[in-house]
Amino acid sequence: MANLKNLSKKSKSQSMGMHTEVLKGRTQQRFFDSEESENFYYFGNYDVDFNKRIELDVKNMEAPQANKKIDELMSQGYGTIVIKNPQGKHSLGVGILNKLNLIFEGSLGYFGVGSCDGPNVRITGRVGWSCAQNLMAGKVVVEKNAGSSFGAAIRGGDLICKGSVGARTGIDMKGGTIIVGGDAGAFTGFMMQRGRIIVLGDVGINLGDSMYDGTIFIGGKIGSFGSDAIEAELTSIDKEWLKRKLKVAEIGENFDVNKIKKIVAGKKLWNYDNLEPTEKKGAI
Amino acid sequence: MAKKKTKKIKEKKVKLGKSKETAREKMIGQHIGYRYDVNLLPDYKKITPFLKKYVEYMGWDDLNWLEDVHMGYEENRPAVFCRNANGWVTIPKKIKLPENQQDRDMIARELLVKFQMSPRHPLVDLKKAYKKS
Repeated sequence: MANLKNLSKKSKSQSMGMHTEVLKGRTQQRFFDSEESENFYYFGNYDVDFNKRIELDVKNMEAPQANKKIDELMSQGYGTIVIKNPQGKHSLGVGILNKLNLIFEGSLGYFGVGSCDGPNVRITGRVGWSCAQNLMAGKVVVEKNAGSSFGAAIRGGDLICKGSVGARTGIDMKGGTIIVGGDAGAFTGFMMQRGRIIVLGDVGINLGDSMYDGTIFIGGKIGSFGSDAIEAELTSIDKEWLKRKLKVAEIGENFDVNKIKKIVAGKKLWNYDNLEPTEKKGAI
Repeated sequence: MAKKKTKKIKEKKVKLGKSKETAREKMIGQHIGYRYDVNLLPDYKKITPFLKKYVEYMGWDDLNWLEDVHMGYEENRPAVFCRNANGWVTIPKKIKLPENQQDRDMIARELLVKFQMSPRHPLVDLKKAYKKS
């Protein structure tokens, strides 16, 4: 059912020419000066101060109400927000496109801190399915275990779970780094297209199934490889990067990186539709 | 000469799907795949003062999302891909690019941050049009 509010929004974008503009076959030209004033946050976002700290008890709040309150506090310049009593609520701390120190004292439910771009988040408890899905930038640290689809479709940033994670970790990821201190379930790195996954423990079956690109590093045992996932040589650059990244992740600083196995895409599935039937057989 | 020809044929057989890719590229007139190493890890010795400041401002320990940013090519011109605008940002001609890919990547990262934070970024218009009040 259409309502007046929706109609007014449509007319605003239409009046800006966004519905009549022909985009097909043309290059949009936007000129900006690469030496224009230094600005480190998106235009129209809040310049917050990490030293300005506040606590927010969300015990009696619904998730949308709590998320709106976080936005309000950022608009007042608070750069460190401590969330008390999250009590496993779903969709908490989503859509934050700002620099921020966000601390959850407790556990989160499904889709926690989804679609974020920039914040440093620490969750002292556990998280449910699809934590930090579509993360664009920032750092998310989960102190305990995480559910399935951890870091689904992330595009950037560091996502760290100090405990173990469920199945399909990093499914469809297009960038960024996922670091797991414990074990990971089946189909880790399923259909990943770019980015890096580090698992210090064991992984389940079908590791890196149908991966297009990207790199997976495994410290423990591998249940089985998925289609088109192959082992590659661990280079000195990889080892150096792993040491540095594990330090950032606050886990496995003393882990012997020489034991880590590197898994990449065999790239036999690239342009699969164009392969001959015999080639298709060999690719899967 | 004849020997060289046979060698080429052998290579095509080994690289699965390579000949098909070329045929498809000819058909659509575009290159498929990357022209640069998307998995190249950054060399932190090459970090620029601007990027150092940006990382410090955001409270990160390293380049974070910028580790995935590389200098690529669009219509044979050096360019960096902006995921927010879903398009390539071509590098101004006045910027002289070094030969080393690591140095080029750092320039690409710096330019991309400046573009994304600029009031002239396409997202600013989209935000005006669609942001919930």
